[in-house]
Amino acid sequence: MVSRTPFCAGLAGLALMLVALLTSPTLYAADDATLQTTLVQLREADFAEKAALVESLAAQDHPRMATILKALADSRLYYQTDGDRVVIGLNDAAEITIEDAVSGAALGQAGKRDLDRITANNRLRGMIENLLASLGLASADPQQRRLAVEAFLRSPNPVGAERLKAQLAVEPDQKLKELLTVALALADLASEDATVRAKAATAMGGWTPSEIRGPLMQAAAADSDAAVREAAKIALAKTEFRLQMLGWAETLFFGLSLGSVLILAAIGLAVTFGVMGVINMAHGELMMLGAYTTWLVQQWLPVNWSLPVAVPLAFLVAALVGIAIERGIIRFLYGRPLETLLATFGVSLILQQAVRSIFSPLNRSVATPDWMSGTILLGPLEVTLNRLIIVGFCIAVFAALWLALQRTRLGLEVRAVAQNRAMARAMGVRSARVDALTFGLGSGIAGVAGVALSQLTNVGPNLGQSYIVDSFMVVVFGGVGNLWGTLVAGLSLGVANKLLEPWAGAVLAKIVVLVFLILFIQKRPRGLFPQRGRAAEV
Amino acid sequence: MRNAMPNFRHWLVAGALTLGTTLAYAADTIKVGVLHSLSGTMAISETTLKDTVLMLVDEQNKKGGLLGKKLEAVVVDPASNWPLFAEKARELLQKEKVDVVFGCWTSVSRKSVLPVFEELNGILFYPVQYEGEESSKNVFYTGAAPNQQAIPAVDYLMKDLSVKRWVLAGTDYVYPRTTNKILEAYLKAKGVKDEDIMINYTPFGHSDWQSIVSDIKKFGSAGKKTAVVSTINGDANVPFYKELGNQGISATDIPVVAFSVGEEELSGIDTKPLVGHLAAWNYFMSVKDKANDAFIKKWHAFIKDPKRVTNDPMEAHYIGFNMWVKAVEKAKSVDPDKVIPAMVGIQFPNLTGGVSKMLPNHHLTKPVLIGEIQGDGQFDVVWKTKGLVEGDAWSDFLPGSKDLIADWADPKINCGNYNTVTKKCAGQNY
Repeated sequence: MVSRTPFCAGLAGLALMLVALLTSPTLYAADDATLQTTLVQLREADFAEKAALVESLAAQDHPRMATILKALADSRLYYQTDGDRVVIGLNDAAEITIEDAVSGAALGQAGKRDLDRITANNRLRGMIENLLASLGLASADPQQRRLAVEAFLRSPNPVGAERLKAQLAVEPDQKLKELLTVALALADLASEDATVRAKAATAMGGWTPSEIRGPLMQAAAADSDAAVREAAKIALAKTEFRLQMLGWAETLFFGLSLGSVLILAAIGLAVTFGVMGVINMAHGELMMLGAYTTWLVQQWLPVNWSLPVAVPLAFLVAALVGIAIERGIIRFLYGRPLETLLATFGVSLILQQAVRSIFSPLNRSVATPDWMSGTILLGPLEVTLNRLIIVGFCIAVFAALWLALQRTRLGLEVRAVAQNRAMARAMGVRSARVDALTFGLGSGIAGVAGVALSQLTNVGPNLGQSYIVDSFMVVVFGGVGNLWGTLVAGLSLGVANKLLEPWAGAVLAKIVVLVFLILFIQKRPRGLFPQRGRAAEV
Repeated sequence: MRNAMPNFRHWLVAGALTLGTTLAYAADTIKVGVLHSLSGTMAISETTLKDTVLMLVDEQNKKGGLLGKKLEAVVVDPASNWPLFAEKARELLQKEKVDVVFGCWTSVSRKSVLPVFEELNGILFYPVQYEGEESSKNVFYTGAAPNQQAIPAVDYLMKDLSVKRWVLAGTDYVYPRTTNKILEAYLKAKGVKDEDIMINYTPFGHSDWQSIVSDIKKFGSAGKKTAVVSTINGDANVPFYKELGNQGISATDIPVVAFSVGEEELSGIDTKPLVGHLAAWNYFMSVKDKANDAFIKKWHAFIKDPKRVTNDPMEAHYIGFNMWVKAVEKAKSVDPDKVIPAMVGIQFPNLTGGVSKMLPNHHLTKPVLIGEIQGDGQFDVVWKTKGLVEGDAWSDFLPGSKDLIADWADPKINCGNYNTVTKKCAGQNY
C-alpha cells in the first residue's frame, strides 16, 4: 500500500500541469463536438458504460480531458436539469459556482436543485486515478513520477511498461530507479518466457507493497514452470522475513501509541487522584469538554490552525470547570472518599446531559488537519502521522507537568500540601487555594487530553465514559501519587495490550490485561512505584 | 469492568430522569408508546427515532386522527439500560395502557422486552436491521433481516467488484456474531476457502484500531481483491474509518461495506477519507422519489433544522406506523387481537419507489440498495435489487434454522418457528 498524504495535492497539481501540457499547440485537440457527445452519453450510462466512455474520453486527447476526469472522480461533474450542458462545480456550497465542462467558460452560480450529479463508483474512480497518474511519468517533479509508477503497479500493462523502460534509462532519482526496476519486473512476470519470469520473481523479493507481493504469491503457488515457482518462493521468503521484522516494529509502535493515549487520559487524574487523593469520577467529562472546545474552535478557525489554539483554550475551559467543581462541591467532602466519589459521579452525569442538551446527543465531527493525516516513513517503517504526533504531544504534556510540579512555586506548594497538610499550613501555605489550583491543573490537563482524543475518537457526550476506567487503571497500576509511575504504567499497559492483541483478539487482550492487573494489585496494593514517607500513612 | 460502570450510571439516570408521561389525559385518545433511549450510549441513534414517531403522530392528528380519535404519544426513556427496557415496556402496557409501541434499537433491548409484550399481548414495531432468527406474534420487524441487507451486499461485492477475500469485522455482541455466522456459511457455500475469510470481533466503543487495520492491510495484500464486511456498531466506527484513512487504505484498495453506518452516523464524521466506502440499506436519503422528498421536507419542518438527515430506521418507522394505521382502520379497533391479524398483507408505499408488504412472518418486503459514501455525508446508490426482497426470519444458511419458517397467518401453523421437517412448532413462543 502506498502513502496517500500528498495524493490530493499531487493530483491537483497534476491536473494543472496536464492542462498546461495539453493546451500547448503541438498537441492535437480533438474537436469540442465529439467531447460534448461523449459527455452527454455519460449522463444516461450505467457504470459499465461509463467505464468505456472514460476510456474513450482519455483517448480523445482533448485539452479539458484531465479536468473533466478529475471532476468526475471527485463527484463534481454535473449536468443541468434543463438543456444538455455538462458543467463542472468548483465548490461545494448550496450555490455551486460552475463552469462549462467543454469550454471551461465560467457560468456563474447554480442551485443544487438545477444540477444533477454524474455519479462515479469505486471502480471508475480507481480507473481515473490510474489514468491521470500514469500521465505524470514525464513530469519534472519526482513525486509525480512516483505516483505514475505506483499507478502502473496497480494495473500493469504492456504499453505502460514500454514507457517505464524509457523512463528508467533517464531517471535521475536512485530510489525511483529501484521502484521502476521492480515495476518492470512485475510486468515481466506476465512474460511468455519462463526464464524471464524467474528473473522477474527474484527481483521482486523483499518488496512489501501488496501490488508486488500479491502477484509474487500467485506465481509461487500457480506458475506453470517449476523453476519460476521455486524462484518466487525464495523471493517470497525474503519478503516475509522483512514483513515479520516490520510487523514487530509496528506492534511496538502501536503499543507506544496506545500507551501515550492512556497516559494522556490518566495524567490529569494522577494529579487530582494521585496527589490530592480525590476520586474524581467526572475526570472523563473534563476530557469531553476539551474535545468539545476543539470542535467549537474549528467552527471559527481554519482546521489547520485549530489545534494549536484549541490546546490552551481547552486547558482553560476544563481548568475553570474543575476549579468550580472543587470550590462548589469537593472542598466540603475532603477526607470522605465515598461521598466524593458519588458527588463527582453526579457531576459527570450533569455534564454529560448538559452537553446532550446544548449540543444535541449526536456526535460532532472534528476534522483532522492536513498536517496530521496520512503516514510518514520512520526508516523502513510506515507510521501514521496522527499517532506519532500524539506520542510527541504526550511527552510534551508530561514534561510540562513535571516541570510545573518540580520547578514552580505552585508545584512546591502542591507537593508540600500533599505530603503534610498541617505542616504546610503552619509554614504559611494557603492550602485551600492550593487545593483549588491543583484540581484546576489536573482538570486542565484532562481538557488538553480531550483535544488529542478528538483526533482519535468520537466527540460526543459519551467520550469521557469510555476512558475513565482506563485512566483509573493506569494511575492505580503506576502507584498513586507518582507521575513517573503513571508514565511507566501507561506505556507498559499499552504495549502489553498490543502484544496480546494479535493472538488473543481485542476482546480477550483486554480481559487478560485486567486479570493481570487484579492479580498485581493483590500482590502490590500500592502499585508499581508506591509512595514512600509520611504521606503514605495518612 | 467497563460494563459495570455504565449500568450503575444508568440506574441513577433512570431514577433521576424517569420521564413518564407529562401529558394531560385527554378524554378519549389512542395512545402510541415510544420506547427509545433518550440518554446513555444509544441516545445518539434512538433520539431521532423518538422524534420521527412524534412527527408521524402529529401528522396523523392533522389528518383528523384515527377512528375519530386523536392520537397521543407517550414517551418513556429506557436510558440505554436493557433491564430498564423491560420495566418501561411494562409501564407503557400496564400503567399507560398504550395501544401500540414503537421502540428498541439493539437486539438485546428487543430480547429484553419480548417476554413483556407476549405476556401482556402488546404490539411492538421494531425498526432496525437485525440478525433474524426470531419471529414473535407481538412484534413487527420493519427493519431488514439478514437476507435483506447482508446477503445482497456480499453478492454485490462478489459479482460486481469480484472480491475474493473477506474480512468480517464486527462488534462483539449478538447481531454481528449471528450475521457473521450466516455470512460465513453463505461464503463457504459459494466456494470461498477458510483461509480467505478473516473474522474479527472488538469490544463496544473500541477506539484503538491500529493493529486490526494493520492486520486487514496485511490480509488484503495477498494479491486477491479484498473487502471488509463491517458490522461494527455505533461509536466504534469513527475511529475505525479514521484509522483506515490514516493507514492509507482507500475504498479503491479495500472497500468496506457497512451495515450499521447510515446518514446519521456519517453526520458526526469527517467524511473525506471515507469517500467510496459502501453501505447496504433499504433506504438512502439521497434516493430521488416524490414520497422521499415529501418525507424529508416534513422532517425538516418538524425538527426545525434543515441540516438534519433522514435514515433507514426512520423509514422503517414511517412504513410501520402507516401500516399500523391502515390495519387499525381495517380492523376498526385498536385491540391487538384484531390488529395483529389485520397487519398481515397490508401494503404501503416505501420511500424509494416501491410498495412494501407485511408478510405472514411479520417481516417486510424491501428493496436492497448499495450506496457509496460521498464527501457530503450522503450516499450514491450504485446498485439496487431488481424487485423487493422478502424478509426471511430464519436464515437458510444456518444448520439450526434452515428448516424453520414463521407464519402467523396460516391457522395450521400459527407460530414463529415451525419446523418444515418435523411439522411441529418448537414450543416456546418465539
